[in-house]
Amino acid sequence: MKPEHAMERRRFLKGALGAASVVALSGCDNLTQSSWFPSILNKAERWTEAVQRAVTPRDALAKEYREADISKMFPANGNTDPGTEQYAGHVARNFSGWMLEVVGLVQAPRSWSLAALKELPARTQITRHDCVEGWSAIGKWTGIPVGDLMRQVEPLPNARYAVFHCADVDDEGVAYYESIAVADCYHPQTILAYELNDAPLDVPHGAPLRLRFERQLGYKQAKYVTKIALAESLAGIGGGKGGYWEDQGYEWYAGI
Amino acid sequence: MQTESGEIRGITTILGHQFDTTGMLGYSDGMRRGFPAWATIPSAKWLAMGRQWHLFFAWLFVINGLMFTAYAFASRHATRDLAPTGKDFRGIGKSLRDHLLLRHPSGKESKRYNVLQRLAYVTVLFIVAPLIALTGLAMSPTIDTAFPWLLTIFGGRQAARTIHFVACFSFVGFIVIHVVQVILTGFFNNIRSMVTGWFLVQHKGVGHEA
Repeated sequence: MKPEHAMERRRFLKGALGAASVVALSGCDNLTQSSWFPSILNKAERWTEAVQRAVTPRDALAKEYREADISKMFPANGNTDPGTEQYAGHVARNFSGWMLEVVGLVQAPRSWSLAALKELPARTQITRHDCVEGWSAIGKWTGIPVGDLMRQVEPLPNARYAVFHCADVDDEGVAYYESIAVADCYHPQTILAYELNDAPLDVPHGAPLRLRFERQLGYKQAKYVTKIALAESLAGIGGGKGGYWEDQGYEWYAGI
Repeated sequence: MQTESGEIRGITTILGHQFDTTGMLGYSDGMRRGFPAWATIPSAKWLAMGRQWHLFFAWLFVINGLMFTAYAFASRHATRDLAPTGKDFRGIGKSLRDHLLLRHPSGKESKRYNVLQRLAYVTVLFIVAPLIALTGLAMSPTIDTAFPWLLTIFGGRQAARTIHFVACFSFVGFIVIHVVQVILTGFFNNIRSMVTGWFLVQHKGVGHEA
């Protein structure tokens, strides 16, 4: 083969490769916009959940750190102030009137005042908060194990999800909520925290009550919790995907 | 970063040194974003969708890697063709020179992997690729619960994240060089040999099935 031909062929192939990569990437955008392709991508969430649950012992604890490891600055992300008049009233009264209701598919629905919750046996844990954006921060949380509340209200056998309703709404008035499996409520590190680093939870971090669900990402850690409603299905609650961020395309199973 | 004149610049800090990377990293396409739109899937700044692509193809990457590794060892491809021999190492200087001059082996020599090829393949297949998967898993709070030693070996989640980026870019860099070499040494012949195992050796313009 003559060298000129070889050069021509190389030039042609390089050009073709460059063009192909541009086509390939814009092709990816077309796939993203299609209705069928994201539904295939979605399948990975189920595989991830099945495999992660299979390899992780049910009660295995997320790593607990030492006091010295606590981050100097714990970022407050998402909504940092519910901004409603009602919530401002609670802040003014130092949350003395704050109530937590546990309702839905339970034998004995009931509610607790914040003061009553603080009387219950508490758990303190120094854990790492992993944000879906990539950063992480270590904080010391004190609160009531959600499992203790569950044992008091006695979930019915068909209760699969615990839906955490929150006091914050976004700019468009959409209320924040989150959900986890009822089974995960009994994990010892699943707590409703009222203290961060030995101080009462402040408004940016979710005062007065915030879920800590240590083995999953930050967006599961609902702030400003007012109600836990147990349900059999997530359909019909909010956008139906199980949480504020889930309704915007994030995975319900946030173990990775 | 916003300058005094109100203009926004993308600044990248590496080990205390600041670099202006406007248009590439930090600021591009008229907005604050880590990577420019042409390099991300999807091109829009859309984390939820990016994660779906990422975590789906992470599964393919792992499954494909495990199947390849099992096959490479079962068929002795790994030990026969990939592991560099002592003789290979002694010829490393010549191989380096040949690569830099883009002088590619021909004839019988082109049928076996040369030493730099072997080193590159072994590094990418058995060091970089597993590192990508393991550092990725080390960023998962659930996996950290199941396998806390991942955090110990990588030095924490943020260290794992840094290694993940470096390893992934190394992998992409390898693929770019690999594909360029495939094109330079005969695109169709190479692709055929990858897919079917048949590689045609050119002898003075006459082809022999190998």
